[in-house]
Amino acid sequence: MDFSGLIHDFGPLTITGLTQGAIIALFALGYTLVYGVLRLINFAHSEVFLMGTYACLFVWGLFGLDQNSAAPSAGKMIGFLVLGLVAAIIASGATALVVELVAYRPLRRRNAPPLAFLITAIGASLAISEATGVTTHRNQAGVPPIIQAKTVIEFGNVRISNLQILIIVLALVMMFVLDRFINGSRLGRGIRAVAQNPDSAALMGVNKSRVISLVFVLGGLMAGVAAVMYDLKIGVTRYDAGFLLGIDAFTAAVLGGIGNLRGALLGGLLLGVLQSYAAGLFGSQWLHAAAFVLLVLILLFRPTGLLGESLGRARA
Amino acid sequence: MRQVFARAIGGVAMIGLIAGAAACNSDSSSSSDTASGSNCGYKLAYFGALTGSSANLGVNIEQGFELAIEQYNKTKGSDCITVAKFDSQGAAEVAPGVARSLVADKKIIGIVGPPFSGESEAADPIFEAAGIPTVTPSATRVSLAANGWKTFHRAVANDDAQGPAAAAYIKDNLKATKVFVADDQSAYGQGLADVVKSTLGPLVVSSDKTEGDGKQTDFSALVQKVQTSGATALFYGGYYTNAGIIRKQLTAAGWKGTLLGGDGMKDPGLSKASGITAAVGTVVTCPCSPPEAAGGTFVTDYKAKWNVAAGTYSDVAFDAANMLLQGIDAGNNTAEKLNTYLSTVNYKGIANTYKFTDKGELDPTLIKVWAFKFDQSGDAIKDVEIKTS
Repeated sequence: MDFSGLIHDFGPLTITGLTQGAIIALFALGYTLVYGVLRLINFAHSEVFLMGTYACLFVWGLFGLDQNSAAPSAGKMIGFLVLGLVAAIIASGATALVVELVAYRPLRRRNAPPLAFLITAIGASLAISEATGVTTHRNQAGVPPIIQAKTVIEFGNVRISNLQILIIVLALVMMFVLDRFINGSRLGRGIRAVAQNPDSAALMGVNKSRVISLVFVLGGLMAGVAAVMYDLKIGVTRYDAGFLLGIDAFTAAVLGGIGNLRGALLGGLLLGVLQSYAAGLFGSQWLHAAAFVLLVLILLFRPTGLLGESLGRARA
Repeated sequence: MRQVFARAIGGVAMIGLIAGAAACNSDSSSSSDTASGSNCGYKLAYFGALTGSSANLGVNIEQGFELAIEQYNKTKGSDCITVAKFDSQGAAEVAPGVARSLVADKKIIGIVGPPFSGESEAADPIFEAAGIPTVTPSATRVSLAANGWKTFHRAVANDDAQGPAAAAYIKDNLKATKVFVADDQSAYGQGLADVVKSTLGPLVVSSDKTEGDGKQTDFSALVQKVQTSGATALFYGGYYTNAGIIRKQLTAAGWKGTLLGGDGMKDPGLSKASGITAAVGTVVTCPCSPPEAAGGTFVTDYKAKWNVAAGTYSDVAFDAANMLLQGIDAGNNTAEKLNTYLSTVNYKGIANTYKFTDKGELDPTLIKVWAFKFDQSGDAIKDVEIKTS
């Protein structure tokens, strides 16, 4: 164990952990939203994210950008970033909606048991991921250098780059907007109503199907943003990128209290930072093991996660 | 809810099993018409990755292998020897099942492969039990030859040659005084990194390990450690898939040192992930000669058939196949006879001359190690031949 290394690198590891955690948190929202309303783990959410990672690459590709391009100028950079975000959001949102319409809605109509949903979820996930794998020959796709990493804040050995700030700030802003939307808007009230008691909500005139679709799309939007951030941070994507990060995101959702939006944020950031520290202390090979041991420990004492399952609880 | 989770996990396990089994068999040989002529009608197999995260390395080898057989059949004027392809996905957990379906085909009397060390450890015992000789053109883990397998033959030098050569390059050519060593915990990567580490001794300032290919994409902790260590060179024992991502993230973090690795990183896939700008200057060692140095018309023939340039070990695979074909042509038409033939062979191919020790290693006098450097073409181009003794 490398305690001196951890102490020396504590600052930088915290920053890199927060950056990864921010992406995980945005990703985790999709799991948490759907679970909060439907009591269903949408395993296909990892592929919702995956489509986002490819969609922005596709749009950038239309402008002739590939992994070998030179970094664009500042003005163009913002333009490309916005375009990439829009493309990823549309692709992820659409994928989420299609998964809901094709894989879940028909089952719901027939009152299928929960196990059937889980199997279709896993099926949809594998089908999309494998189809992507086959069409891309399982090769990785390099991301064009849209944002040239530059250190903008420096104190001691802590260097924070423009990209890291962008990721963390964007994640917080998205979380805030979503939180306001769910807790402050009419549509958000509908979501909370269905989450609390679907039947009463239906009696009160809430269109349940529309609320469910909305929840899937919202999760997709957040995953789309996470996908662009992932592309910029990691630098490559491939057919199983969603699966890998999806496990982390799902863990983060459970850690924070699945069904709880703020829990997803807390869980994501915590998981990111803990993985980073574990990698610093024990070596990168322990990154996942350490995080999951901690998850088990936390769940032993807080079985419903750090903040509890609250989307469905009365708070309106 | 707990019950639902248990079911979910069971479901995932089931799907995994089915997917694994479905991926197992892909024998794609088609022509089974009885071939004319003596010593004909047999099959030679390629066993290794055709899909999967490090498939490029396997495909290079398979294409060299297939080219050799095609040329042989052309000179015979018939479909004398049939090509059988078995896709292990380069994965040790998939390999045994695929290997069993290979040995079930009694017409197969020789194998080129497996290309990777991990899958070799898993599949070679099955080939040994079946008595089918294997010639691997690229599995370099040292311990493979220490299992007493009679059917094992390695047509390249092992990591004991490659590791010290890489270390020598770091010391003599790069003149680095602070070196960071990392590996991907694979049979190949870890073995190679350990040899480099022990050869470099005090020059190694720190080390780390990563997950294997396809299991990790965020290497920021490794990047941070490399930066903190002050190392000017990073030796990574692993394959091009991870190496490309690591190179990209190192560059993005502003680290200006040199990334080095073994033959597993010698593939344009590295620069496809990292972008050429980041990949330029990356050095890989390889117990192989530059493909363009191969004798005969191999380079042009390969390009004509596959429409890509010959890759790493394509030439060695071509030699390995020809060596087996020569044996069959000389009347060694059973797996057992072919294996005996390999123990005494002295075959001059296009890339090297091949002679095996009783352990199946390439004769020490025939070992060559070259350093290659990524340049603006996005591929690793020959740099220097490293003295191995």
